[in-house]
Order: sequence, then structure tokens, then C-alpha cells
Amino acid sequence: MSDLFQDYSEAAARSGAYDEMFAPGHVARKSYGQVSGALRELSLADVTARADSMARTFLDRGVTFDYAGEERPFPLDIVPRVIPADEWDVLERGVAQRVRALEAFLNDVYGRMAVVADGVIPRQLVTTSAHFHRAVHGFEPSGGVRVHVSGIDVVRDAAGTFRVLEDNVRVPSGVSYVLENRRAMAKGLPEAFGQQHIRPVEEYPRRLLSALRKTAPAGVDDPTVVVLTPGVFNSAYFEHTLLAGLMGVELVEGRDLICRGNRVYMRTTAGEQRVDVIYKRIDDDFLDPLQFRSDSMLGCPGLVNAARAGGVTIANAVGNGVADDKLVYSYVPDLIRYYLHEEPIIANVDTFRLEEKEAREHVLDRLEELVVKPVDGSGGKGLVIGPDASKEELDALRKRVIADPRGWIAQPVLQLSTVPTLSGDKFGPRHVDLRPFAVNDGDDVWVLPGGLTRVALKEGSLIVNSSQGGGSKDTWVLANSPQMPAEVIPRQSVTLREQVSVWPVESNWRDRQTEQQQ
Amino acid sequence: MLSRIAESLFWIGRYVERADGTARILDVHLERLNHLPLEEQRSVARELLAVMGAKPQSEDFGLPELLHALAYDKHSASSIAGSLGAARENARRARETVSQSLWESLNTTYYGLNQHRKDVVGTYRFCNWVLERTAMVRGLADTTVSHDESWLFMVLGRSLERADMTARMLSTRDVQSAGMSWVNMLRCAGAYESFIRTRRAAFGDQHAAEFLLLDRLFPRSIVYALRDADECLAKLDPSAQRVGFINDARRIVGQARTFLEFHRTDDLMSELPEHMERVQKAVTQASDAISRKYFNQADEHAWVGEVS
Repeated sequence: MSDLFQDYSEAAARSGAYDEMFAPGHVARKSYGQVSGALRELSLADVTARADSMARTFLDRGVTFDYAGEERPFPLDIVPRVIPADEWDVLERGVAQRVRALEAFLNDVYGRMAVVADGVIPRQLVTTSAHFHRAVHGFEPSGGVRVHVSGIDVVRDAAGTFRVLEDNVRVPSGVSYVLENRRAMAKGLPEAFGQQHIRPVEEYPRRLLSALRKTAPAGVDDPTVVVLTPGVFNSAYFEHTLLAGLMGVELVEGRDLICRGNRVYMRTTAGEQRVDVIYKRIDDDFLDPLQFRSDSMLGCPGLVNAARAGGVTIANAVGNGVADDKLVYSYVPDLIRYYLHEEPIIANVDTFRLEEKEAREHVLDRLEELVVKPVDGSGGKGLVIGPDASKEELDALRKRVIADPRGWIAQPVLQLSTVPTLSGDKFGPRHVDLRPFAVNDGDDVWVLPGGLTRVALKEGSLIVNSSQGGGSKDTWVLANSPQMPAEVIPRQSVTLREQVSVWPVESNWRDRQTEQQQ
Repeated sequence: MLSRIAESLFWIGRYVERADGTARILDVHLERLNHLPLEEQRSVARELLAVMGAKPQSEDFGLPELLHALAYDKHSASSIAGSLGAARENARRARETVSQSLWESLNTTYYGLNQHRKDVVGTYRFCNWVLERTAMVRGLADTTVSHDESWLFMVLGRSLERADMTARMLSTRDVQSAGMSWVNMLRCAGAYESFIRTRRAAFGDQHAAEFLLLDRLFPRSIVYALRDADECLAKLDPSAQRVGFINDARRIVGQARTFLEFHRTDDLMSELPEHMERVQKAVTQASDAISRKYFNQADEHAWVGEVS
């Protein structure tokens, strides 16, 4: 191996995490054979030049996220994350299982609440969740689906086992980077692709559109789908435009919509046009000033009532936040058993519920060893990693936990698995997570093969969020066997297509011309 | 299509054309300005800025300030950098509607704005680069976007701005009465060769102005640009009427064009300033009428809730 991997094994040993590319002893795992072969051929100058050109392409194509009012390219690392077929098979089934359970849970919670009556979870757990919206209680959304799109974050612990870290069933973002990363990698590291079958990701927008159309209100033959964005200043605005563009639907802002008579319309140059399905990319709180924050300028008054009356499908459904509350997360394995009568395929990370007195005391004693997270946070906001925190931070945290035990959970610090990542003039191990995306059309949960691998670009850092200096990697899922067996199909001898002419050709016009000239 | 998107497209057309026109004007005048004595240079710089519709920021306004105001000032809608920035921002808001290649060319143009030396020599190169980039943007808009409503709005903006820019080019003639020759004026519009070939030996101010104002076949002439705008408006609103026009924009554009086309005069040069003023006014009014008809947003959020 070239000197780009010098010192790699020592750095990997220091972190003690599972490395995705190298087995102990610095031997490339089988799934990484092709990648490591391709990287071995490259010098430092090659790798840097390719990384630069990939970054340049991203900037030109506008693959950015907004951070503090500034457009930034999302850093893409040149080494892909590779998942072998057998591991993916487990992940795929595990993710789909979770989505089905959460779907059933949401239907129950906004309906009969059988799960409470049967004593699986305490009523208080649901009613105290910040995202439990009474405004959408007691009706089934038209189309019958609540979790159209979900992103289930999984990580691999030091032993190499996949675990679910959190569920995102409100507005999971990041799928645009999956699509763009693959394009960029195909141009940036073409050698690594050859000879193996990597499952494609580009069907995502088609799957999404067909799921959205399928869940349109009853009686609409050719539903009009729109993507609802908070606007150009949202950090995920690039994703909204990309998805709307790839699906070929309008990207609307709240001010483009009007609700009248429990129907939703958009303002177009040809007057108002009915909207049947809204792929909502704004938070529930801002969706409808009649029901939620009355000072919101991003939404459109009347949307929730229109959804209740069945005049429009909102995807994902309003009120989904109760299912990705991190305290509810700790009950998901029970929910899977309760609703699906199955054992969970992917385990949770061990979680302390701080409302329980014993657990709380235990946690407060060892705050410096644990990760403490707010139950309704996202993007790594408010999270405290015990070993990295100062004494003052821990003291402040302790006070806040005691004041509001329902608002926090604690987990052991996981050494997330690592993948080699270009840093300066060599590769170093950096921690990664994985967000597979699932699309639910009501009959079937389809999991996008791959997902977004986020990587913490600082050595030793466990925080992978883009807003906190994280980057991403292209995620390759290897197919079990090449989909087309090479030897079976007998190659037909290539026949040149005979030229057929149907146009009335004046084949001899040239001659005639000369005649005339004569 | 969404009204908001239509508005963005209209302004992409206008801003790109404005950058193009400003680069042409700056390029030609810079050559003249350089030869003038300092005092005169300063007064001419001021006048030129006024023709482009901007006011000097400070008392001390000379050549470097003019370069900043017309080429590099990112915060002014009448500078090249400001126009291209605004075009890109509009494309960003309509990104799912414009083609990927159109968006990319506007985006890379925006990122290329900073990579030029901002002295006189650098500005020549800059202007050239802008002409190339805007030509590329127009080419991609014409070849990668369906010629439907969305394209029509872009072309509508482009044609109106083009009429306006040519009017300004002709107006700059007054600024440097001492020197701006008709040859330079034609060069400015890229019309020199076409003119020579059409008019052969008939040189002269009068003929050059006539060409840029009234020629029916040269695409940057005012009559041609206004006819383009009129055609777009007609396609956008095909409802035929027995009498008159409901659409104010069509009336305004049509009146301006027909007046010029059918007007007969022996002394075009002395009337020129009036014509130019009328054309610019018509463009502004037409633009307003188009926004009223097509881009009308909600009367700023009818719903006002109590904030608890």
C-alpha cells in the first residue's frame, strides 16, 4: 500500500473503533478490495487533484448547505464507504421493520391509543412529547400513510454490530447528497467502480414521486404534487430544489398556496391550480398559523383542516414528531414486538430514561462517561459528550436534567466505526454514521440502497453533523451477485441495421441540377 | 407555472442582458475615457454613470470609481457584478424550473466574478469575459429550456432590457459630444459589420443611429427588440380581442414600437434624446404592467394572528 496509508494502523488502533476498510492487522476487508486497489495506484498529487476537482464540481453545481446565512459546499471525501451485500440485507430489513412499527404506532397514538391501554408505554410519555399535536388527533390522513419518507440513523459500535441511534420521521434531509455524491464519485474515482456491481441510487426521486402520487386523496386521477419549502434561506434549500427538479414538480413556498373550502391551490400565471399532495419540508410548528405558531409566515393558514377533511395529503403527516422523540425511541423495540409480533432486527443503543429515579441517579453519578441528549433535538443541538465536556458544562447539564428529566436521555459513548478519510497529505481514520432512507407508499417500504454516510472530519470527533464541521462519503452497497450473469446470455452477432427510407427522396437531384445548369 | 417563478425568470432575462449591455458600453467608452485629460475624464465619468441610471456615491468620482460602479460593485443593480449576482440569485430561486446547465453556467459565472484584476487593463478582459459568459447563458437558455411559458418570460425580460440598453448606448453619444464616433457606437452594439455591409458607403451619425433604432433585421436594434417583446406577450396571452388590448404591457410596447417604425423625420439626430427617453420610459412602464398582471403575489399575507 502506498505511503498515503502510512501511520494509518496506529491511528486506527488509538481510537479503538471498528474500521470499515481494514480488519485488524491492516488487511483490507474483502468488500474494499477494489477501492483499496484503486487507491494504491494513486499518488498524493493524484488524490489531491481529484479531491479538488470534486470540490470544484460541487461548488459549480451549487451542491451546498446554508450555514449562518452563507452557502457552503458539503465536503465529500474521496474514499467511499462500502457495505457488503449480506450486511446490507440485514440493515434493509431492519430499517423497513422499524418504519412499519413507527407507522403503526403513529396511527394508534392519533387514534385509539391501544398501546397505552395495553400498558406497553405510559400515557404520559405520549402526552408530554413536544411534538404530540392534538390538532391532528382522530383522523386518518388521506392515502393512509404517515411516514412517507424516513431516515433511520444507524451506527456501528466497537464490536462491529449495527445499532439504531435515532429515528427521523418528520423531515429527514440529506438524500440529495446521496444522489450528488454518486455522480461526483463516478467522475472522481472511476477506477474503484469497475468489476463490481454497486447498487444504483438514482431511482430515489421516481420512487418518491410514485409513493406521493399513490397516497393522493381518493378520487383524484392525476394528482398534482408539490414540494413545500420554507425558502431559499433554509439550510436544506438545495435539497428541496433538487428533489422538485428531479420529480418534475413545482417547488412552492407558503405564500404560493391558498386554502379555500378545505382544498389547497397554488397561484400560477394561469390562475389558481389545485394541489393534491404536499411533500412538506417545513417543521410542523410553522405549517399552519391557524393551528400552530400564529406568527409563522412560512406556512399557509388552513392546511391542517384541509388535511383533516381529506382535501389534501401532507407528507410526512403532521404530528409525526411524537415517534422520533428520543424517549419514545427507547421503547421502539417494545413497539416492534407489540405491533408486528417480531423481534427487532437491529438493536437500539442502550438508553437511560432519566425520568426513572434509579436510572437518573446512576446517570448523574457518571455524567462524565455518558452522552446526554435532549429528546426533541436534531442536528446535534444541545448534545453533551461527557468525556469531552468541562466541569462547568457538566454542572450546568446536571441542573438542567434535574429540572426537566423528561427532556433528556443518556447513552454510553459509542466509538462509531471509522473509514479512511483524506486529511492533509494522508488518510486517517474518521468516525462515520449512516442514514438509510426509506420510502413508504402504503403497501411497501422501499429502502434506498446506501444512504448518507456522514463523517466527522476532525480526528477523534464523534459529531458528524454538517452544521458542526462534518462531511460526507459516498455509500456503496455491493450487489450479491452481478444482476446480469455474464456467461448465460449468448451474444448475438451484431447486425448492421438495414437502412430504410420512407421519405420521398429525390435521389438524383444532383444530376437534375447539373442538367439544368447545362 | 408559479407566479413567483415566472417573476424570477423574467428577471434572469433582464439581468443577464443588462450585464451584457453594460459590459459593451463600458468596453467602448473606457478606450475613449483613457485619452481624456483628467478634469474632463472626471466629468465624463459622471455623465456616463448618469446615463446608466445611477448616481455617484461620493463627490470624488473619477475613472476608478466609475469602474467600481459599473463593473464590480456587487450591491448595485446597475453594475455588471450586481446584475450577474442578481441573475444567479433569481436562478437559485427558480432552480427546479431552469435547466441544470443554465443554472450551472450562471453559478460558475457568479463564482468567476472575483477572478479579475480591477484596473483598466483588467476591466477590458473582464468585459470580454462577461460578453462570452452572457452569450453562453443565452445559448443554453435557448437550447436547453423548452420554449414554453418559462422560456417566454425569460425572453420577454431579455428583449425589454435589450431595447433599454440600446437606448442607453445611443444616449451615451451625447456624453462625449467631443469624441464618441458613430463607429464606436456601432461597435458597442456589435453592429459594425452588419451596418457596413447593409449601408455600404452611407456612413454618418444619422445612418448609424437609424440602424440601431429602426433596423428591422438587426437583433439589437430597438424596433427589433420591441417586436420580440411584443411577440412574447402575444404568446403568453393568446386571447384574441375584437377591440383594443386588456394587457397594458402590450399596448405600451406596441405603441412605442409603432411610433418609431412609422415616424417620419428629416432630423433624427436632434430628436434622438426624446426618442431615447420615451423608449426607456416605455420599458419601465411595460415591466410594471407585466408584474401587475403576471407576478401579482398575495396581498402580503392576509392572515394576522395574535402572538401569544
